[in-house]
Amino acid sequence: MELSVTDLACQRGGALVLQNLNFVIPSGRALILRGRNGAGKTTLLRTLAGLQPPSCGHIKVPPDSIIYSSHSDGVKDMLTVAENLMFWGNVFQKPYANAARQMNLDGLLSRPAHSLSAGQKRRLGLARLCISDRPIWLLDEPTISLDAASVALFEIMLRLHLQNGGMAIIATHVDCGVDDMILDLGPFRPVKQLLPDGFDEAFL
Amino acid sequence: MIAVLTRDLKLAIRSGGGFGLGLAFFLLIAVLTPLAVGAQSDLHARMAPGILWLGALLSCLLSLDRIFALDYEDGSLELLATSPVPMEGLVAMKSLAHWIVTGLPLTLLAPVLGIILALPAEGYFWLVVSLALGTPALSLIGAFGAALTVGLKRGGLLLSLLVLPLYVPTLIFGAEAVRAGTSGQPATTALMFLAAISAGSAALLPFASAYALRINLR
Repeated sequence: MELSVTDLACQRGGALVLQNLNFVIPSGRALILRGRNGAGKTTLLRTLAGLQPPSCGHIKVPPDSIIYSSHSDGVKDMLTVAENLMFWGNVFQKPYANAARQMNLDGLLSRPAHSLSAGQKRRLGLARLCISDRPIWLLDEPTISLDAASVALFEIMLRLHLQNGGMAIIATHVDCGVDDMILDLGPFRPVKQLLPDGFDEAFL
Repeated sequence: MIAVLTRDLKLAIRSGGGFGLGLAFFLLIAVLTPLAVGAQSDLHARMAPGILWLGALLSCLLSLDRIFALDYEDGSLELLATSPVPMEGLVAMKSLAHWIVTGLPLTLLAPVLGIILALPAEGYFWLVVSLALGTPALSLIGAFGAALTVGLKRGGLLLSLLVLPLYVPTLIFGAEAVRAGTSGQPATTALMFLAAISAGSAALLPFASAYALRINLR
């Protein structure tokens, strides 16, 4: 199993932000995306996740293999931690107990999610990756607002995932402990920023 | 998909908000109308079908923007869009959840409010039946409007403008069914139209809404 991207171009807000991207990620490897703010890291991840279509090029991935984790965790404040986990467990039809243990959420299970700190919420968000049991993780700034101990937990979870043949694409500014392959998005920025077919995104 | 339904129901019950607000609004309309038009119970009786249907429709409208906006804001809509739950199923379940927390209680509350509005005794059966058949269409059409406007800041006005014209046939046939039933005329034609609107909406609109959501998530 591998994820391969050929000649990919992505757009954001009607402007082309990335073009001529080519990479292949084999099983068990992680790709770290680097680049300044606005370089297109999130856009690339969203495109790979299928939330927006690529402007051109091809993405080859096995079906139903991707789990995407955005800036926001999708945590429902009015539900308890266990109910949040259970919801994603039901959506992916997988048990959640193991994920809760890996992200050290066992002591928080009965707490309502609105009483969690930002870092605890992030851990709850990251536990979803583990629940999904999908092989390709697309992570957007996964370690944001995590303390050192939680970052370590995340690194362990990520390494375990990679050891089991999983893959990950991580957009981050900090060290994730698995600096495996690094892709700097700076050079893929198009010189001319107009779309080939004009600006009609607002109309469809 | 059942997970989405149970989660939405839990959220609706816990955060109150739209759930109670719609019912309270319905109650207010039914209670204040007789006060506004004066004590003429024959006039009330004639107006009751229209007022009750209008009240149900407007209360339904109140909570529409919450269907997708809350999930959009906290990011769970994006995460659900990339999960194994098909978008069409998500929309259908969210519409169903919306109906259970607004349309269903409205239908059950309507007979009580019918008493306030001096609805003749023959009308209650038709009122409940017409609401039960018509309110699913309100939720489904509303979910479509909510899907179209989900990314917009303060899209509430646009949502109302989009959805209200689509509500008109449901309102006409709903009120007509109750009026006809109350005055002893056959109400089945209007009820069949209502049922057809609901069934058609259930069959087609989840696909349209899912498409609209996908575009708005880009």
